[in-house]
Amino acid sequence: MPAPIIELRDVSKHFGEGDTRVDALRSVSLSVAPGEVIALLGPSGSGKTTLLNVIGCILEPSSGWVRLDDEVIYDGKMLRRDLRRLRLEKIGFIFQFHNLLPFLDATDNVAVAMELAGKSDRDARRAAGELLDYLEVGRRGAAFPAKLSGGEAQRVAIARALANKPRIILADEPTAALDSKRAGIVMDLLRKLAAEQQTAIVVVTHDEKIFDRFDRIHHLRDGQIDPAASSST
Amino acid sequence: MNLAYRDVRHNLGRFLLTCLGLGLLLGVVLAMIGIYRGLVVEALTLVQGMKADVWVVEANTQGPFAEASRIPGGAREAVARLPGVAAAGSLTFQTVEGDSSGQKVRLMTIGYEPDRPGGPANLIAGRAIGRSHYELVADVGSGLRLDDRVRLGRNLFQVVGLTKNQVASGGDPAAWITLLDSQRLQFDLAPPAARVQIARGMGAADRDIVNAVIARLDPGAAADEVATAARRWKHLSAMTSAEQETILTRSVVDRARRQIGMFTTILLVVSAVIIALIIYTMTMEKLKQIATLKLIGAPDRKIVAMIVQQSLALGMIGFCAGAALIMIIKDAFPRRVVLELDNLLTLGAIVFAVCLVASALGVRAALKVDPATALGG
Repeated sequence: MPAPIIELRDVSKHFGEGDTRVDALRSVSLSVAPGEVIALLGPSGSGKTTLLNVIGCILEPSSGWVRLDDEVIYDGKMLRRDLRRLRLEKIGFIFQFHNLLPFLDATDNVAVAMELAGKSDRDARRAAGELLDYLEVGRRGAAFPAKLSGGEAQRVAIARALANKPRIILADEPTAALDSKRAGIVMDLLRKLAAEQQTAIVVVTHDEKIFDRFDRIHHLRDGQIDPAASSST
Repeated sequence: MNLAYRDVRHNLGRFLLTCLGLGLLLGVVLAMIGIYRGLVVEALTLVQGMKADVWVVEANTQGPFAEASRIPGGAREAVARLPGVAAAGSLTFQTVEGDSSGQKVRLMTIGYEPDRPGGPANLIAGRAIGRSHYELVADVGSGLRLDDRVRLGRNLFQVVGLTKNQVASGGDPAAWITLLDSQRLQFDLAPPAARVQIARGMGAADRDIVNAVIARLDPGAAADEVATAARRWKHLSAMTSAEQETILTRSVVDRARRQIGMFTTILLVVSAVIIALIIYTMTMEKLKQIATLKLIGAPDRKIVAMIVQQSLALGMIGFCAGAALIMIIKDAFPRRVVLELDNLLTLGAIVFAVCLVASALGVRAALKVDPATALGG
């Protein structure tokens, strides 16, 4: 069994104090190995997004320990810019509504992430084109997001998430805006990427029609992973 | 990849429309600055055009522009004999409303002695006055043209020459006539009034009165010393040309100048607030995109650069549009709009600074955006 890329131990997060204290996460422990695709399920307010934010180097937990690709984060030594670098180099994000920049065409939406990581404009555009071809949306490279279909936009968003060859992909409801056929295609694509690039993928979803695409499904309830409801497929 | 440029290019129509709106606003600011400067320039035009070194007026007055001044016509001979004086000329000033082909023409008439100081400056058409009577040189701002005939008082004058930009501090176009004609115009009574005057035993009024005598000095002569010498006559007062200009700017047009200055300041503040609001709104519309950029790892400097560059582009394009607009239409204003390069550069620098400060509001909002807001619906 390879060492996990994502490892959380007893992670808790609360907001507010006293009467207004809300415990969003309570002693959550989780490991995701390279090539694994897992799902986080749970009702609204169960802590899914908070957990995604903690893994995504956005939200520091109140207590506990988080390690991403052999780097311990939130250890008090990491600065904001170090967390930003981690997000840029090791984590790819996929959003419910693709969140492409409306003023950039599909190629530039992917290239911008590469340029942020230090690639030159020409190299970034060439690599972005190749990535879009790989995701079978290369012919739409010059189209702006407003002209892309939902499925095409989500593929471009996936290409952007993959731009810097991340070790981790965090996806927030990536199929919510897609019909079941396209949702299946997107999930198959993610599974293929996980297998080929040994990427750990965490997906927050309510979409029952894609449950069979996950290696494991974790149910969150009141900020805790419910072991009874969680399962491996 | 320049994100600011890409964003502008993608929304070019909207951006240019915003620039145009801002340009119109800045054009108004520039127009006010031009009117402000024009007021000062117009106030000094006549004084500077006469190229006088010393002004001799009635004792205890600041005439002839700031206060009424009446001195005997013979004062010119006395002034001309002062050491250092090369030439002297008598002048009268009177605002009159004439009639030309049925149209009312308001003029600041200046009576002068041809071949002596005080004649029309900046002649652009025709000639100076060549006859003793009934010829007139007018400023083009009056609407008069060469050979037009104008009734002033009881006499008809022919326009023989035209000047440009020669106006009184109140904005009335200047018109030169001979001193003799101007004295008749100013001091002659209408026949019924003259008959009443004679019946009261007061005799005919003395017409050899002028409002000021101006002197040009020999090279090397000191204007202060000549003015001091002229003041020794108790019935006269004297001032140098610089003192006359100070009276005009500090006294005659001071209130109007301050009024316009105040309005210009308010306009500048309003412009600054509007620029700040535009930039802030532009930033607020992009918060989700900014959150996405932050989430995928964009450094703060990239986001700050995007906002500041757009802000400066907006300000500078708006400023150029406003400046171009005013330069095109400034001659259509009824009074002079004077815009010098230093005015443009100063306002340009102010707009630049305002845009920087205004973008700070947007930058602050952008830097406060939590990358987590990019996640979720």
